[in-house]
Amino acid sequence: MFYREAGNFKTTYADDMALFPLPITRWSAVVLLVLAVAVIPLVLHEYYLSIFNLIFIATVGALGLNILVGYTGQISIGHAAFMSVGAYTAANLAVKLGLPFWITLPAGGLMAAFIGAIVGIPSLRIKGTYLAIATLASQLIIEWIINHTPAISGGAAAAIEVARPTIFGYELKSQRDLYFFTLFFAVLAIVATLNLVRSRIGRAFVAIRDQDIAAEIIGINIFRYKLIAFAISSFYAGVCGVLYTYYFGIATYEAFQIVVSIDYLAMVIIGGLGSVLGSVLGAIFVTALPVVIRLVVEAFGGYIWDPAMLSAVSASMRLVIFGALIIFFLVVEPEGLARLWRNLRNYFRVWPFSY
Amino acid sequence: MLEELDFLFSLTVSGLSIGMMYSLIALGFVLVYKATDAINFAQGEFVMLAGFITATSLAAGAPLWLAILIVIAIMIGFSFALERVVLRPLLGRPVVAVIMATIGLAAILRGLPPITIGAQTQTIPLPISDEPVQILTTSLPAVQVLGLVVSALCLAAFTWFFMKSRMGVAMRAVADNQQVAMAMGINVERYFAIAWAMAGIVAALGGIIWGSMLGVDTQLALVGLKVFPVVILGGLDSIIGAVVGGLIIGVVESVAAGYLDPLVGGGTKDFAPYVIMIIALMFKPYGLFGKRKIERI
Repeated sequence: MFYREAGNFKTTYADDMALFPLPITRWSAVVLLVLAVAVIPLVLHEYYLSIFNLIFIATVGALGLNILVGYTGQISIGHAAFMSVGAYTAANLAVKLGLPFWITLPAGGLMAAFIGAIVGIPSLRIKGTYLAIATLASQLIIEWIINHTPAISGGAAAAIEVARPTIFGYELKSQRDLYFFTLFFAVLAIVATLNLVRSRIGRAFVAIRDQDIAAEIIGINIFRYKLIAFAISSFYAGVCGVLYTYYFGIATYEAFQIVVSIDYLAMVIIGGLGSVLGSVLGAIFVTALPVVIRLVVEAFGGYIWDPAMLSAVSASMRLVIFGALIIFFLVVEPEGLARLWRNLRNYFRVWPFSY
Repeated sequence: MLEELDFLFSLTVSGLSIGMMYSLIALGFVLVYKATDAINFAQGEFVMLAGFITATSLAAGAPLWLAILIVIAIMIGFSFALERVVLRPLLGRPVVAVIMATIGLAAILRGLPPITIGAQTQTIPLPISDEPVQILTTSLPAVQVLGLVVSALCLAAFTWFFMKSRMGVAMRAVADNQQVAMAMGINVERYFAIAWAMAGIVAALGGIIWGSMLGVDTQLALVGLKVFPVVILGGLDSIIGAVVGGLIIGVVESVAAGYLDPLVGGGTKDFAPYVIMIIALMFKPYGLFGKRKIERI
C-alpha cells in the first residue's frame, strides 16, 4: 500500500477513534468489498467459492474467540461447544417450529451467549490455567449433554438435518447463493467487532486483559465485563455454529468437537491475538491450509505412504502443521500474521527511505 | 443387600486401582507445575508417545528391560529438548501463551504416529499372568495391580525427593520464588529442565502401564483428559493432592459408571469426573491441597 501521511494531525478523541483514520483505508475497504461482492463470486468456480464460504463462517467464530482471548485475556478451550449450542438451537427451531433463518440465527446466538455467560461465571474466581481447564470441562460436559438428550440431539445419531435458508421464498441452494449469505454475516461480524473494540466496553476488555486487579481499582466492574466478554464471544460462536448448520444442511456434534476448539485457537494465535485483521487472516490461513495440505499429500504422498491411508495422513499432517505453527508463532511472533502485515506496511510506508 | 455391598465394594476397589494410576499421570503434571508454573496440556500425549516408543521397540525385538530403558532415555531427551526449544523462550510471557504452546505440542504429538509408524493399535505384552488377583470378594486384573504398585512406588519416591533430597529442596525453592532462589545460587533454568525430565520419566512409566492395559494408539492420549479433574481436585501443586484427587476421581468414576450407566446409556465415566471438578472449582478453586496464590500488582 503506497500511501504516506505527512504527520499526526489528530486533534480530537473522535479523530483518534475513527473507524477509517485515513481516506486510503476507506478506499481500500470499498475496493475489497467490491472485489468480494462483484468480482469473486462471478469469476471463481463453485469449488473455490465453497472455500470462501468456510472462510467467512470461520471469520465469525474467530472474531468471537479473539474478543475473549485476544481482547479480554480470558482463555477458552471450549469454544466449539458454544458453536454446537447455537447449531442445535437453530436446528431444533428450524425443524420443529419451522422458523426462518432470521429468527433461528439470532436465537442460536443468544442461546450460546446464555450458556457462555454461565460458563464464564467461574472466571471471576479463577483465571489462567484453572479457567482453561474449566472451559475444557464445559466443552466435554456440553458435548455429553447434547449427545445424551434426545430432545436436543434428535435421536441416536445426534444429528438434525436442516433445510437451506430461504430469502423471500428463494432457496439459497448453490455455493454462489450461500457465498452472499455467509459474506453478509462475516462483514457484519467484522464491522460489529471493530465498533465494539473501540467502544467503552472494548476498552474495559483491554484493561482487564492487561491487569485485571488494576482495572478493578480504576472502577471497572470486572465480573460484569468478564461475563459480557464471554456472552459476546459465545454469541459469535453460536452464530458461527448456526452458519455451519445452514451451510452443511445438518447439525451434528461431530462438527464441534474439541479439535475444532483448537482450530479456532490456532486461528486467533496465528492471525494475531487482539486484532480484528488478525482474526480474518487467521481464518483464511487455517481454512485454506488443510486444502493445500490435502493437495500436496495427494500429489506426492503416494510415494511415501500407502495410497489407501492418504486421507488419514493428510488429517494427521494437518494436526502436526497446526501444532507446529501455533508454537512457532507463540515463540517467534506472538502478534501473529497481523503483526507481519503491519511490519510490511510500515516498511513500504516510508520506502525507499529507512524512516 | 449383601450383593449390593459386594457390587459397591468391587466398584470401589477397581476405582481405587484406576485412580492410583491416574495419580501417576497427574504426578507428571504436578511436577512441572510445581517447579515451573507451566501447565502441560500435552501430558496425555506424552504418555501416548511413551507407549508408542515402548511398543515399537518391543516389536523390533528388544527385550522388555531394554525397551524400558530406551523409552525412559528418549522421554528424558525429548523433555529436555522441549524445555529448551519451546518453553524457555516463553518464560515470563502470560500463562495463556504456555497453555497454547502445550496445546500445539499435543496436536503435533497426536498427529505424528499415523504419519510415521501407522495408526494401528499396538500392544505392550508384559510378562505377568493373565490371572486376575483375588481381593476379598472381588478381583482385579494383574496389570492393574502392577500399575497400583508402580504408581505407589513412584509417588513415594517423588515425595521423598521433594522432602529430603538436596535437589528436591532446591526445586521447591525455585517453585516458591524464582528470584530468591537465583540469589541463593540455584541454577533456576537447570531445575526447570530437570522438572520436565522428571515429567518425561513419569510419562514413560505411565505409557508402559496404560499402554499394556488399553493398547497403544492415539486414543491412549485421552487418558490425559482424566488428569485435569484429578489435579484440580487435589490442587495443581501438591503431590499428596494428586494421590488423593486420583483416588477420589477413580472411585467416583467407577461407582458412577456402575450405577448410572444402565440408566442413562453409557458415557458417565467420562462425564462424572468433570462434574466433580466444576464443583471443586466453584467452592475450592485451589483444590484440596493446593497453595492459594496471592496476587500483587
